[in-house]
Amino acid sequence: MSTEKNVVSITELTRQIKQSLETSFPRMWVEGEISNFKQHTSGHLYFTLKDEGAQLSAVMWRNRVASLTFPPEDGMKVIARGSITVYPPRGSYQIDVEQIQPVGIGELQLAFDRLKQKLAAEGLFDPAHKKPIPEFPERIGIITSETGAALQDIRSVLTRRHPSVEVILASVRVQGAGAAEEIAEAIGQMNRYGGIDVLIVGRGGGSLEDLWAFNEERVARAIYASKIPVVSAVGHEIDFSIADFVADLRAPTPSAASELVVRDRTELLEDIGNLCYTMRGAIDTQMSSFRERMASLLTSYWFNRPRDLVREFSQRVDEIDRSLGVSFYHIARTAHQRYDSLRHQLQALNPQGVLKRGYSIVRKEGRIVSSARLLHRGDEAEIQFHDGTIGVQVEKGK
Amino acid sequence: MAAKKLDKNSLEHSLKRLEEIVESLEHGDVPLDDAVNFYEEGIRISKECAEKLKSTELKIKKLSKGIEGQFTLNESDEE
Repeated sequence: MSTEKNVVSITELTRQIKQSLETSFPRMWVEGEISNFKQHTSGHLYFTLKDEGAQLSAVMWRNRVASLTFPPEDGMKVIARGSITVYPPRGSYQIDVEQIQPVGIGELQLAFDRLKQKLAAEGLFDPAHKKPIPEFPERIGIITSETGAALQDIRSVLTRRHPSVEVILASVRVQGAGAAEEIAEAIGQMNRYGGIDVLIVGRGGGSLEDLWAFNEERVARAIYASKIPVVSAVGHEIDFSIADFVADLRAPTPSAASELVVRDRTELLEDIGNLCYTMRGAIDTQMSSFRERMASLLTSYWFNRPRDLVREFSQRVDEIDRSLGVSFYHIARTAHQRYDSLRHQLQALNPQGVLKRGYSIVRKEGRIVSSARLLHRGDEAEIQFHDGTIGVQVEKGK
Repeated sequence: MAAKKLDKNSLEHSLKRLEEIVESLEHGDVPLDDAVNFYEEGIRISKECAEKLKSTELKIKKLSKGIEGQFTLNESDEE
């Protein structure tokens, strides 16, 4: 019996279904509630997504689990992105999930707000607790992913602005499960390592989920506990993380963090140059005022014209000499006149003069005889005339 | 394990000292002999600072935790 029936094998049919389904339902977002959630020992996740009218098997492979920002559980409303695949051994189709988000970013936002409120109440954002960022850090600790864009940005800014700093990198995962733990641990390690002036903690831009590690409590607490000042640098300008609130300084981006942390070397060298210039100016001013004082002394009349000085002196000497001469002449003349008059007086008194006039002096035994009573008969005496002396003997007397 | 650098040698300390010197020189109340000494110190400090800032190659070292909680630093090979 040969009927012309078109028979295809199950395998072939399933192959065709697989091909048809997988090409007509490329990657998409679906919304549903998680049920039958199971994590296999292999690490893969198996669950069902359902709504009021239908259900869809779902699988999430281990390598994608790491990107989850929350632990999925039964009853949770989510949106999942993935593509439809057919699993031939069971003849079933399922969604191969790449990414899951709680429905409405609202839930993450809620978690964010709750944590923010809690930590604020505990005083973790207290401005009084914020440490000053050192003005001239020489050793900068960076906590980010070694392969991320943030490190490249930081590297290029530092190379351009201030390549003389030393950078210590702690490479961590910055998203997905375990990222928060690694970031918090790295902050602790940097503190224990010591000698680091400032920490930059962050990553480049991404979705709210990508940045989620920086909204986790343990990261916030590690930043708060850090003895080294922390600059947060998470995502873009518009992204605010819990880490930003706790950090000692929030930088809008990793590049901006680098710019906030180091002074531009060229500017710094210019500043130093200016300081030297000012210093030079100050010392020059002082030196020139000193020189002016010297110069004013040197250009003073007396200092600058020694010849004049000498001339003036010699002129003064001449004058003195002249007046001295005049005075001396007068003094000498007066003295001379006095001498003459005294000489005449003296001459008048000279006994010789008296003798010339006819008087004589009688001496007995060398003594002047001033009374007749002193001479007796027979005494020998001498009589002095102006021109000589003669001896005599008294013949008459008392 | 690197200890914290002596504060005296830090760029921050040097620059503060340089500013002090400039300030006291600007005030002009320093005797000339001292002023000259200050000036010489200032020039020396500025040279030291410039020397510190001279390096043109950014060095990135990677911190990793070895066994028994000891830290090691490796030159970062990622360029």
